[in-house]
Amino acid sequence: MSEQQDTSPKVVLVGNPNVGKSVLFNALTGAYTTVSNYPGTSVEVSRGYCSIKEKRYEILDTPGMYSMMPITEEERVARKILLTEAPHAVVHVIDARNIERMLPMTLQLIEAGLPVVLVVNILDEAERLGMQINLKLLEKNLGVPVLGAVMKRKQGLDELLQAIAAYATVPHKPFSYVVDLEDDINRLVRLIHGQYRLSRRATSILLLQKDEDIEQLVAKNERYEDYQCLTQDVREITFRRRADLHLQISLERRKVCKRMLDGVVTQTVKEEEPLSERLSKLMMNPWTGAPILLLVVYLGLYKFVGGFGAGTMVDFLEGNIFENYINPPVVALAEKHLTANWLYELLVGEYGVWTLGVRYAVALVLPIVGAFFLMFSLLEDTGYFPRLALLVDRLFKRIGMSGRAVIPIVLGFGCDTMATLVTRTLETKRERIIATILLALAIPCSAQLGVILGLLSAAPLALAVWMVFLTLIFLLIGFLSARLLPGESPVFYMEIPPLRLPQFRNVAIKTLRRMQSYFLEILPLFLVASVILWAGKMTGVLQMFVSAMAPAVGAIGLPAEATTAFVFGFFRRDFGAAGLYDLQMSGALSVTQLTVAAATLTLFVPCVAQFLMMLKERGIKTALGILVFVTLMAFSSGWLLNKFLLVTGLLA
Amino acid sequence: MDRLSEKAEEILESLWVMTVEGDNVGCLLTSLKVEANSEELLELTRRSYVEIKGDRVYLRKEGRPEARMTVRRHRLAERLIMDILGIVGTEGNDQACAFEHLLRQGVDTKLCTLLNHPTTCPHGNPIPPGECCERAKEQGAAGIVPLTELRPRETGEIAYLAASDDKKVQKLMSMGVLPGSEMTLVQKFPSYIFKVGHSQFAVDDLLARDIYIRRSV
Repeated sequence: MSEQQDTSPKVVLVGNPNVGKSVLFNALTGAYTTVSNYPGTSVEVSRGYCSIKEKRYEILDTPGMYSMMPITEEERVARKILLTEAPHAVVHVIDARNIERMLPMTLQLIEAGLPVVLVVNILDEAERLGMQINLKLLEKNLGVPVLGAVMKRKQGLDELLQAIAAYATVPHKPFSYVVDLEDDINRLVRLIHGQYRLSRRATSILLLQKDEDIEQLVAKNERYEDYQCLTQDVREITFRRRADLHLQISLERRKVCKRMLDGVVTQTVKEEEPLSERLSKLMMNPWTGAPILLLVVYLGLYKFVGGFGAGTMVDFLEGNIFENYINPPVVALAEKHLTANWLYELLVGEYGVWTLGVRYAVALVLPIVGAFFLMFSLLEDTGYFPRLALLVDRLFKRIGMSGRAVIPIVLGFGCDTMATLVTRTLETKRERIIATILLALAIPCSAQLGVILGLLSAAPLALAVWMVFLTLIFLLIGFLSARLLPGESPVFYMEIPPLRLPQFRNVAIKTLRRMQSYFLEILPLFLVASVILWAGKMTGVLQMFVSAMAPAVGAIGLPAEATTAFVFGFFRRDFGAAGLYDLQMSGALSVTQLTVAAATLTLFVPCVAQFLMMLKERGIKTALGILVFVTLMAFSSGWLLNKFLLVTGLLA
Repeated sequence: MDRLSEKAEEILESLWVMTVEGDNVGCLLTSLKVEANSEELLELTRRSYVEIKGDRVYLRKEGRPEARMTVRRHRLAERLIMDILGIVGTEGNDQACAFEHLLRQGVDTKLCTLLNHPTTCPHGNPIPPGECCERAKEQGAAGIVPLTELRPRETGEIAYLAASDDKKVQKLMSMGVLPGSEMTLVQKFPSYIFKVGHSQFAVDDLLARDIYIRRSV
């Protein structure tokens, strides 16, 4: 993508998480990126176009960043844009309510010599808090264009477009820190000779802060001797200032900000607790938060996704539309025209592209996944997830992750593949690996969940056994990995955004976007999978596979027919579960067998898509390791569960 | 007057713990593990700090201030050894026992001020307040405590950040946690939730312990 030569001037949007960058991006480009009330959901850079006065601009929306010095992966992604692109303008979006906290980053952007436009967003909520902001004065103090906005209602958009179009790099007002710090910075500035996107001053400060990306960049761009001199000086200064360098830089920046904000903000006291604040407290208090969580799981996951999505919708699509209206004419048509047996099998046979591929994807999986994404988007937009994260942090620490990991885990109940991608937002490598293992092993995706709920709902006790068993495995493996995996323990910190009423349009578009990307990702795989299975059946390879796996399946007490479900399971997890569904329909399984099969399948190898994502995110060694571990774990736990159920006669 | 010997101090300490804090009336010689005619008991009786009647040793009114200060020094030493130097277990106890005898001539006052006038030892027993504590109380010095010690809804000014590694400090600073800013603790369990400016943040105890707050009076 980046190879494409694009000559349109670039406009980069930067800012803290949750200040309205994505809303602004959508307003500018008309495209829709996922907007959420959850810090850290956009991991990648969105690109779009916008025309102002007949001129085309490329707009880049970056993940949230708190400062020029990145801590997390998202921040690194965002900062990389600033290091590699040559923007026409950098639009820094800040939350008016927290102007004092966010302005230091504006200073850093100005310091880096970037063409900054400051957008003070969410002015309406700030006014509700009794804040008045004199933007004209701030503009004068900062020396860069400053605009007020309520982007949600497109207030201030026209002014911003004008400011972008009219932007000509003006010399920024210089501001300086305390004398001794200035001396140290200037000492480095004089030693830098290479060309960088960021100003020498900013580069020097980042070098002092031991920013690894910058160190590498400088090592590459400076002559060897210069670089040696530079590192020597950096070492000397950082050692001398070892006690408080970072702090001093921050404090100096805040001092400058105070000067800039002098007379800009007036606060009239307005202290009444709004309803959302009270609700927020209830969600964060463990005594009321836990029941709220259970309620959300019951209503959202069980009732809505399980009941409505996997029940009503699937029955309607599968049982009514496909069975009665779509399949009969298609099969009849095929029988009439397809004389070659192999072609018939390929299209409408047992594992046919139509019967297995399209029908499963559209009628079984899509409604369930759609219901899940709707629920997820709704909760995301209210700001519930950060509150959930702080509730479970203590528990998650036991299994080696911080509360932050609750997002990928919850998302995993929708789609494990997407969730594996989102593990990127976790801070340590160790946490990312643990989350990946747990997602691959013990978190059933919504498609699988829907089918399994459907399968087991006839026997509530079996459902309970399945649930307890998976929870135990989840906790046990989490606990063990936390013990065994080397690396530092995570630290939890997270911004808690205010609770907001989700906007219908946002939620709807977001759900559709997620479903669309899921559908585009799975349908081809479903089709490929059915072709492979068909080919396997025709050539007899499938039979070989099935016979090879049959002993393992037999060992956990299942009939040989169930093996097919496991082979399917490799192509997609839900595929396997759906295979069981067919098997149960024919009455070939006892309740015990069904429970063991469901549990083993849930634990079994992730689907092809998830495995590919693991390869991409964790590298081949780790991904293969996890694959082998998960397979062994699935069958040995299945064996154990089978023995347990047989001995106790719990489900007999 | 000469200093008491270390052994005499130990006896005073035990007497204080058993008779003033505990509910014993006097103390058996055997439980103090001393002979009636031992050097250290003679030392104490000579100053009329204690009195021996039969098998029992009694702490006299004259001995109480000295006993109190001995206990105070011991528990301050424990605070220093265990909290600040991070030596725990038997090793910590032994070190504290050795250290307490050095805390004289105003060193205890300095240590007490450094530790911000702690009221209990690491085992939860009360540290008898010294003059410095009373003075601090009178002046209404608010004291600087980690965020973990604040009560919910209590507001204070961030005094300093104690985090040792840069990443932690950066995280805190990115949240606007900087010395001089005002902060309100919202909730303590299961995570620490605080408010800086108009934003709320949640942190775990690892980070909360590193934020030191100047309590407002």
